[in-house]
Order: sequence, then structure tokens, then C-alpha cells
Amino acid sequence: MTSNSYLRISNLSKKFGEFEALKNISLDVYESEFVCFLGPSGCGKTTLLRAIAGLDIQTTGRIEQAGKDISALPPSERDFGIVFQSYALFPNLTVERNVAFGLENRGMARAKIRERVTELLDVVGLPDQGRKYPAQLSGGQQQRVALARALATSPGLLLLDEPLSALDARVRARLRLEIKQLQQKLKVTTIMVTHDQEEALTMADRIVVMDHGVIRQVGAPRDIYAAPSSAFVADFIGTMNFLAGRVAGDGVVEVRGTPFRCDTADIPPGEEVTLSIRPEDVILCNGDADVVNGLDTVVRYVEFLGPFCRVGLASDVFEDGEVCADLSSNMMRERTIEQDAPLKVRFPENLVRVFPARS
Amino acid sequence: MAANAQSLSEAIVKPRLSRDDWIMRASMIVIGAFLLVAVVLPLYSMMSKSMENKDGAFIGLANFYEYFSTPSLFLSGVNSLWVAALVTVIVLVTAFVYAYALTRTCMPFKWFFRLVAVIPLLAPSLLSGISLVYWFGNQGVAKELLMGESIYGPIGIVIGSAYWVFPHALMIVITALSITDARLYEAAAALRTSAIRTFFTVTLPGCKYGLISAGFVVFILVFTDFGVPKVIGGNFNMLATDIYKQVIGQQNFQMGAVVSVVLLVPAVIAFGVDRLVQKKQVALLSARAVPLEPKPNRRVDMLMLAFCSFVALLILLMIGMAQYAAIIKFWPYNLTLTLHNYNFDLANGGGWDAYFNSVKMATYTAVFGTLIVFFGAYLVEKGRGFNVGRNVFHGFAMLPLAVPGMVLGLSYIFFFNNPSNPFNFIYGTMIILVVSTVAHFYTVSHLTAVTALKQMDAEFESVAASLKTPFYKTFLKVTVPVCLPATMDIFIYLFLNAMTTVSAVVFIYSTDTQLASVAVLNMDDQGELSFAAAMAMMIAYTCAGARLLHLLLTRGVMRSSQAWRQR
Ligand SMILES: Nc1ncnc2c1ncn2[C@@H]1O[C@H](COP(=O)(O)OP(=O)(O)O)[C@@H](O)[C@H]1O
Ligand SMILES: [Mg+2]
Repeated sequence: MTSNSYLRISNLSKKFGEFEALKNISLDVYESEFVCFLGPSGCGKTTLLRAIAGLDIQTTGRIEQAGKDISALPPSERDFGIVFQSYALFPNLTVERNVAFGLENRGMARAKIRERVTELLDVVGLPDQGRKYPAQLSGGQQQRVALARALATSPGLLLLDEPLSALDARVRARLRLEIKQLQQKLKVTTIMVTHDQEEALTMADRIVVMDHGVIRQVGAPRDIYAAPSSAFVADFIGTMNFLAGRVAGDGVVEVRGTPFRCDTADIPPGEEVTLSIRPEDVILCNGDADVVNGLDTVVRYVEFLGPFCRVGLASDVFEDGEVCADLSSNMMRERTIEQDAPLKVRFPENLVRVFPARS
Repeated sequence: MAANAQSLSEAIVKPRLSRDDWIMRASMIVIGAFLLVAVVLPLYSMMSKSMENKDGAFIGLANFYEYFSTPSLFLSGVNSLWVAALVTVIVLVTAFVYAYALTRTCMPFKWFFRLVAVIPLLAPSLLSGISLVYWFGNQGVAKELLMGESIYGPIGIVIGSAYWVFPHALMIVITALSITDARLYEAAAALRTSAIRTFFTVTLPGCKYGLISAGFVVFILVFTDFGVPKVIGGNFNMLATDIYKQVIGQQNFQMGAVVSVVLLVPAVIAFGVDRLVQKKQVALLSARAVPLEPKPNRRVDMLMLAFCSFVALLILLMIGMAQYAAIIKFWPYNLTLTLHNYNFDLANGGGWDAYFNSVKMATYTAVFGTLIVFFGAYLVEKGRGFNVGRNVFHGFAMLPLAVPGMVLGLSYIFFFNNPSNPFNFIYGTMIILVVSTVAHFYTVSHLTAVTALKQMDAEFESVAASLKTPFYKTFLKVTVPVCLPATMDIFIYLFLNAMTTVSAVVFIYSTDTQLASVAVLNMDDQGELSFAAAMAMMIAYTCAGARLLHLLLTRGVMRSSQAWRQR
């Protein structure tokens, strides 16, 4: 056992009747870490979070927190604070009383409670809003109140279930940063559920990518982005172009008759595979010189996105689909790239990834 | 192989219960036990009674055989069926047009028509019977209108029943018509659909479930009602009056039980179908709809005004006659005004004691009923785990709606009047009246509470648990204040029904616990019609006062909580 594993989940499964929402999940969360559960809607993120909280206890498996087996404990005997997507603020209590809610039945002196509430509202940036009711606050402010309430009792574990998804994009981006900073300041071990990859990439120390009740990959945001372990993860995180092909020999994959050099690892020749490359890794070629993995394409469309353009490329090799390339505005200035113009591009050998064919 | 070994070694996690879980489960079992004793067990003893002979020996279905081969008794069943069906049709059509006028047109004076429509709820169903006697009885003012037909019989029953069930149907239809999506009408208008076609393709299908539901409610109410046929039915027999005659008149409890079972069966079927229909209605409700703003249409608005005025006039004539009868000396010979009829202590059918008993009983019912119902609904809605217990409890809570009052009352005799029953001591006291009335009106109150609780965020309890706050603190600090308007609705519902109910309590009141509504019945029996009218009006004043108070209090609560209720 790693010395600083704070939360250890072993062989966790959860069944709803016949349906298996979680399948044999094992995971370690370390002290003071910010972990994101990321995956498409319905993949079991909330179910896992609720099992950790004891709100819907797992069917089988074990959960240890701070070295203590909490598998069967009711939520009230566990040590966590939680924020829901709906915030679940008590509508009839003022902001102050919402934050004080968890402190009021611990035999704390009134003055002490008030002090702590003031401190917390300061921390979340709502120093003068204590007398208002939740309905009088904006969504973002309500979210902060919910956070303050969850942190009031200084829990060892902070659980956040899609805390930002009810907010508009601008507020979401700001709160993303604030929550992350707050977490770093307080050093509270935090698990956040989200289906938004950008949120996970920007906030998490480690991301747990989930799909259909299983963990597909665990790792730091950069690692997962750079080295996805499966086509699913590659597709879910960031944008990825996929081409169906077949291994032709060691280090060569053939896509509709065209060979591409890439790392085929130990996949034997003849095997169906999926070739993938990120749009920003597609490189423009100058002139007609023969290059490795070079390809003649035709521009389908050019989508201006500010710092870069997304260019849709068509070729016989792509069948009906197209490959996207993100070209920086700099690069675009040097060349005239317009619809229906021919364009030669290259897939760098070391950036092309090969996965077993997607089912 | 490794995975296999692993799955074998894994045990199912058995969640440990917290102190809250224990308290909540224990409370739910206590309230469940109350429903068991107040509804389920009495019904059981009634059913077993229907299979016994006079000496208490089990004789299977022999009583039923006797019942169905006695032409007069069988005829009562047929009568109940067709009268209930006829009233259902009449009331449904009237209520639909009336509700349509209130929700979909720009008819003036809507507030007035809304107000008038609830008047029938304020008095026992007996009142309409009494009023009809004054209008069309042997010495009635408008007797000629019947062209020789007698009001004592099906005609009187149909008119009287239609009067008092009208508001019940109206409320359901209004709700159904209020939840339509304006976008459907915009689409119809954009497609240049004619008004008539829009009505049949959009309006009617949209409130179909509401109409069906209202139909079932009206049918059950009339089919099982006893007040109207008792007063105005003459020699026309119906099931509910049969029970009364068998039990009170002939002391034939077994046959009373048999008729009760016969009464219970269609009621339970109608109830079951209605629940299915309601489920579909809920699905419609949850869709986010744009509310419809009616547009003025002079011709339609005026037509509706005429129709609603006519209906309102009938209602006012009905209650007006009862009021008039209550304050004149001696119909039809001496029409001088007097308060003599309110001197109930001079009547044989019951005195002022009965009135005060009623107020007491209604208050106890409302207070204890609201507490029990709301807490019970909270436990069902917000409890953690214990699904079997919660489902059984919910089933118990739904049952009373399917049980006609007469059947419940008769069941109470069988169950509580048994000396070997440990609860026998409540027989003949105020307690049994309160218990029976809470039980009788449990379902609607329960559903009101459940609806209010469902509208609260489902995660309040999770948050509270994470903050280690005991559930009862969250209940008192958050749940009760947020649901206060709903609890007040439950309170007034129980109070009004307790004031006006006759059917269940008529079997179980004692000389010490005579009630106002029962007094109306007995006064009518004794031929003291003017006293009966005055007593019925006393009930109506009280109910009107209570409703007014409820309205003011609700306004006050809404105003003082406005800061946080706004969305
Ligand atoms: N109480 C429940 N009963 C039955 N199925 C459930 C229940 N809760 C969740 N599920 C199912 O489990 C799966 C995972 O749900 P959830 O954990 O909420 O997904 P998400 O990753 O979007 O949070 C979904 O298919 C959902 O339908
Ligand atoms: Mg979720």
C-alpha cells in the first residue's frame, strides 16, 4: 500500500437490478490530489461518486478512506463534503445559515460559527452576500455558497458532481480556475465528476477516464492527451482523426492501398487497426518533394477559429470522411488555402498512433 | 481464472444503518401500523363477516348467493350503476364547459364563477337533498316544473348528486386544461386549422386523461354516496342506502357486509383504472410547456358567460333555498323570518352539542391528520433504502381512496366493536371518529404531501447527511417551512371533509359524540326539515369561515416567504 494513498477503491461493482453500472473498479486517490472522473453521460461517474459518499452503496467491493474501511458506512458516518449540480442550497435559509448548517449541531459557540462563516464566505469571494437568500444570487454565486457549505466542516474529502455544468461558459471558465486555486490552497483531496474534457484537462492533477462502467485510463492530463491508451480515450479527449487500415508489415499500416509509416508496436501483420492523428499534428508540406507519409488532398472547407484555422481535407484515402488539420494563422498567411484548392500534407511518423480496430 | 477466484471471494456489501435510518424506519412502521389498524384490518374483518352466518360460522359465498338472488337487492345495484353513469355524463359535460370558460376564454367575472363553484364543497351532500324538497317536494315552490313526476326518486338523486360532485370534477378538469402547451395552438394557427378542428385535435386530446380521471371520481362518489339518496331517494333503492337500511334498520350486519363488498368491487376497479390514467397524465405534466394566454373572442366569451351564469345560478338557488328554509317559521304556511330553527336544542335529531362536537372532531382530524400524513409522506419520499417497507406503506396510503365511506364505517363496527380487540376502548369515543376520518381522507392528503415533497431538491437529505445533521433537524429547518403551503392545504382539506362527512361516521358515532352532519341526517329522518336546513347551513358557515381563514393565512405565509420563494 502506498503510504499516501488517501482513498483506496478495490474491485468495486454496482448493479441496478440486472444492469451493471460499475464493473470491478479499482483506484487509488492520493492525499491533497485533485482527481476528475471523466466520461460520456451515463458511464457511471455519478454512481461511483455516490458509492464513495455512501449515498448509494456499491454491490460488492471495498472502499478505504484514510486507512479505514468505510465500505458499508452510511453517509453520515463518513468524512466528506459534497456539491451537486443543482447545488441543493436550502432555499428558505440565508447564505450564512446555509454555510453554517453543518456547524450548528456540533456544539460550536455562536460567535465561533459566525467567525467561520465569515471566513468561508471570504474564501469563496462572497463577503457581503451572507444575508441574501439563494434565489437572490446568480448561478455562479450559488455554486460558491454550495462550495463554502461543503467546506465548512473541513472534510477530508471534497466531492463535486458536475458542479459547473449548469453555468454559462464565461462563468464556468472563471470558476474552473477559482476552484482549482482554492483546492490547492486548502490541500483538500478532491474528486470531481465531469463530462467536459476541457474542465478535466484544466483542473485535474489526474484524470480517470471512464466508459460503460469501467476505467479506461488513469493519468495526468498531459499524458492522457499525448498518449491515449485506446481509440476511445483518444476520441474522447481532444479531437482525433481516425482512419481504418490494416497492418502491412512491421512499422507500416496500409489505408486503402496507401502505406503509412508508424509505430505498430507488436500488432501482427494482417490485423485490422485504426490509425489516428490529432489535427494539430498534421503538417503542411512545401513543394512536391517526396516525403514520408505525405498525402495529396483537396481542401473541403476552412473554418476560422481565431488563433488557428481548422481545415477539412478530402482524399481518396479517407473514403467519404475527411481529415481535419489545425493550421496556425501564421502558417495560413504564408499560403493561400481556400476551398477546393489542392494541398499536400504530411502525418509525422512519431505522432501517428495505431490502435486495434474499434468495435 | 484469477477473476473467477476474485468474484467468488467478493461478498455483497451490506450497508450499515445510521441512527437516522433506524429512527425513520421505526417511525414509518408506526404510521404504517396506524394505517393497518385504521384501514386494512377493519376491511379484512368486514370481508370475513360477509362470509359468516348470523351465528358467526363460516359459510363461504352463501350470503352473496342470497344477495344476488334477492331481486330487490340486486335491483339496487343496477339502480346505483345507471344513476352514477347518468350523473357522470351530466357533470362531466357541465364541468368541461365551465372549466373551459375559466381557463381558455376571456369571459368576465371569472373570480366570481370560481368562488361559486366551490360552494357545494362547504356542506354535506344532504343539503342538496333538503333544498330539492323545498323546491320540488310535495309542497315545493317549483313543483309544476316536474310535470307530475316526483322529485323523490331518481330525478332528485341525479340533480342532488350532480350539484355536490360538480366541484370535484371541475377541479380536475381545470387542472387538465391548465397544463396545455401554447405552442400546440400556435402550430395549429400557423397551419390555418379551423377552430373546431383545433378543438378536436388539440384541446380534447390534451385533457383526455383529466376528463377520464374526473369521470371515475364522479362515478365513485355518486355510486357510493349515501346522503342524497337517503334524503330525496324515496322508495328508489341504491346500494349505499341498502347498507344503511340493512345495518341500522334491520340490524342485519352480514347482509350489510355483503352489500359493502359489492360496493367495494367497482370502486376498487375504477380506482385502479384511474391510477393508471393518472400516471400518463403525470408524464404529460413533466414536459416543459409554455402556458396558454387566452385571446378575447366576443361571441365565445358571451356564450360562456351565459352558460356559467346559468350553472352558478343553479348552485346559488340550491344553497339559497337551504338558507331560506333555515330562517322561515313554517313552510309553506308561515313565511315570517325567524332564528328559531337554529335553536337546535329543541330538535330531536341533535343539538348544539352535535355542532361543537363536529368542530372539535374536524380540528383534531386536521391537526393530527396533517402531522401524520405529512410525516408519513416525508418518510416514504425521503427515506434511504428500505424499499419494501416504503412500497407497502405507499400502498396502504393509497388504499383509502378506493374504500367508500359507508364501507369503512361498517368495517369499523365489525373491527372495533369486538370486545377481544385491544383497541375496543376507542369505540364510541371521539378518538374513533377522528381515526376513521383521517383514514377516510388519507389518500388525497398523502398525494398532496408527496407532490410537494417531490418538488424539493432530492439532494437536500444527502447534503444534510454529509454535514452530519440528524434528519429531523433538516426536516424541521427546511422541509416543513418549504412545504408549509402544502401542509396548510392538507389541513383545510381534512377540516372541510371532517365537517361535512356523513358516510363513515354515521355508523360509529355515539350519543356523546353526535356530529352536526349526522344531526342533519337524523333531523331529516324525524321530519324536522327546517332544523336540518339550519344545521346544514351552520356547517356551511363554518366551512366558509375556515376557507377564508386558510386563504388569508396562505397569503400571509406567501408574503413573508416571498424573499426566498421567488424563482
Ligand atoms: N438508481 C438507478 N437505477 C437504475 N439505473 C441507474 C440508477 N442510477 C444510475 N443508473 C444507470 O447507471 C448508469 C450510470 O449512471 P450515472 O452514474 O448517473 O452516469 P453519469 O456518468 O452520467 O453520471 C446509467 O446508465 C444510468 O441509467
Ligand atoms: Mg452524472
